[in-house]
Amino acid sequence: MSATLSAVSGGGVEAVYARLARKRRAVLLAGLAALAVSLVFDVATGPAMLPVPAVARSVLGLAQDRTIDAIVWSIRLPIAFVALAVGAALGLSGGIMQTILNNPLASSYTLGVSAGAGFGAALVIVLGVAMPLPEPWAIPAMAFLFACLACAGVYAIGSLRGSSPEMLVLGGIALLFLFQALLALLQFVASPEALQQIVFWLFGSLQKASWSKLWIIVAVLAVALPLLLADAWRLTALKLGDERAKGLGVDVPRLRMRAFAVISALTGVAVAFVGTIGFVGLVAPHLARMLVGEDQRGLLPASGVFGALLLSLASIASKTVMPGAIVPIGIVTSLIGVPFFVWLVLRSRRAFW
Amino acid sequence: MRLTIEDLSVRYGGTTALAGLGLSAMPGEVLGVIGPNGSGKSSLVKAVAGLVAHGGRILRGADDGAAARIGYMPQDTSTRAALTVLEAVLLGRLGSLGLRVKPDDLAMARAVLDELDLGRLAGRYLGELSGGQRQLVFLAQALAAEPKLLLLDEPISALDIRHQLGVMQTVRRLTHERRLTTVVVLHDLNIAARFADRIAVICAGRLIRHGRPAEVIEPETVATVFGVEAAMSAAPDGSLVVTPLRAVTAAAPMDGGAPEAAPHRPPAAPPPGAVIRNGR
Repeated sequence: MSATLSAVSGGGVEAVYARLARKRRAVLLAGLAALAVSLVFDVATGPAMLPVPAVARSVLGLAQDRTIDAIVWSIRLPIAFVALAVGAALGLSGGIMQTILNNPLASSYTLGVSAGAGFGAALVIVLGVAMPLPEPWAIPAMAFLFACLACAGVYAIGSLRGSSPEMLVLGGIALLFLFQALLALLQFVASPEALQQIVFWLFGSLQKASWSKLWIIVAVLAVALPLLLADAWRLTALKLGDERAKGLGVDVPRLRMRAFAVISALTGVAVAFVGTIGFVGLVAPHLARMLVGEDQRGLLPASGVFGALLLSLASIASKTVMPGAIVPIGIVTSLIGVPFFVWLVLRSRRAFW
Repeated sequence: MRLTIEDLSVRYGGTTALAGLGLSAMPGEVLGVIGPNGSGKSSLVKAVAGLVAHGGRILRGADDGAAARIGYMPQDTSTRAALTVLEAVLLGRLGSLGLRVKPDDLAMARAVLDELDLGRLAGRYLGELSGGQRQLVFLAQALAAEPKLLLLDEPISALDIRHQLGVMQTVRRLTHERRLTTVVVLHDLNIAARFADRIAVICAGRLIRHGRPAEVIEPETVATVFGVEAAMSAAPDGSLVVTPLRAVTAAAPMDGGAPEAAPHRPPAAPPPGAVIRNGR
């Protein structure tokens, strides 16, 4: 029928497809452009405000001023880039979570993965759990480990009843409460100094960023994104529900397991280095969904880009809202994110979930 | 390809949905499945599609020995996915989709959309469609797979009568033209009588009757299976017309009692002039 009918319709479907593809590209490019601008402003902002043009020249390697170069390259760029990378990892993992759990509230923060990481970090701080690692790496390593454990826990609880999205979400909520209780217990027995350190870690902070940490996050992203894009159409099929995806030929349990493995690596590496940052993983995918829909070929990269953009903007805000002080980024994302999100939901005409 | 079902049983927990069901369907043939609510029609289609665990054997022997492609359209077409009609139809070709969609896949999506007169909706989101339009989209998705075995679970339940006839005409034509093996679950006995080549009547998880529409849909079966007194007559074109007159008993049990338990009352004699004729 294709031969006879294609002559009749005159390429309307191809035009629609081209339009959808153009829209995905445009949203992605606009997001990346905004990222570049935000990055330069993020680097320029700090205790010593730098002129934006000089920062832009320095980032591009065209600087003449060695003082600016030093500040930019050894202090501010790693922080600014880590903000982008962590934001991208959180946005991406939130996007997949919302897809495979078919739930608009899913994110690493709401399903206990971040709480797991927090507990892991607190364990090192309070009990000094000895890891065969130097001090600055012990906390991230344990945070990463417990983020992965929490992910595995969500999956294990969910698979008790056939890995249905509802069971997985319930498993995540249960783990959130479990880890919060365990964390509270640790805080209860902690010395005042340790308690302060835990609280500060939980706030989330970009200040311990370094080039080596950046490369680790980038490496995880570089592995995760192609893996996810290879499953893009199968993930899109999952949006129609488990049974229909199965009817289309998707091995649903294996797809979910693969996705969970990627989520745990992305979330683990993100929270390990900067602490718990809520909201980015929840909001970025919603933003992406409103703009490009749920074809995962567009949704996943866009979730990553918007996550990066949100955290970069939050980083700028964290240095400017209180002159002379850097407000912990985890506080800023929620304080600015919540009203923004409510506004976003209220103004959208189309029901987007 | 020929579909052969032997001794099929499906259980959900302690509930038996299907028991000892044997059935076959031939290429180029529309097999209509009818029966009351909860009789096991959907379970039959899902078992054939490989979506539920089952006992017994289902042979989907492809003519050329290759694995038969299945196009399955579920009964429930509600969705919250923010996907366009085109994206949903492309998903029917999941096996061959890559990051870049090939012109072949796009051409096939266009062909099925045109076939069902959905071309102008291609860019619309599923959430913006009516229930009937959505049903057409999922039929298009099933057809986009270029199936050899087409499984449709109540494909026209939300459609107006023009689209009901249009869809069934299309399904029947494609089945005959491309020698598909089509199994379609239907509620409307008249639609089943008009468009199915053969009909399987299922009640309480068992096959009650199987044969040509005029042989199968007759007053006694309708009374036994559906608990409805009906009159049979012939349309001007000779096809069977079923006129339901009144509910005579409680409907058959919904959750799998033995078929013997189905309430049975001798059917009223057909009104004078009622004719049963083989339509085709």
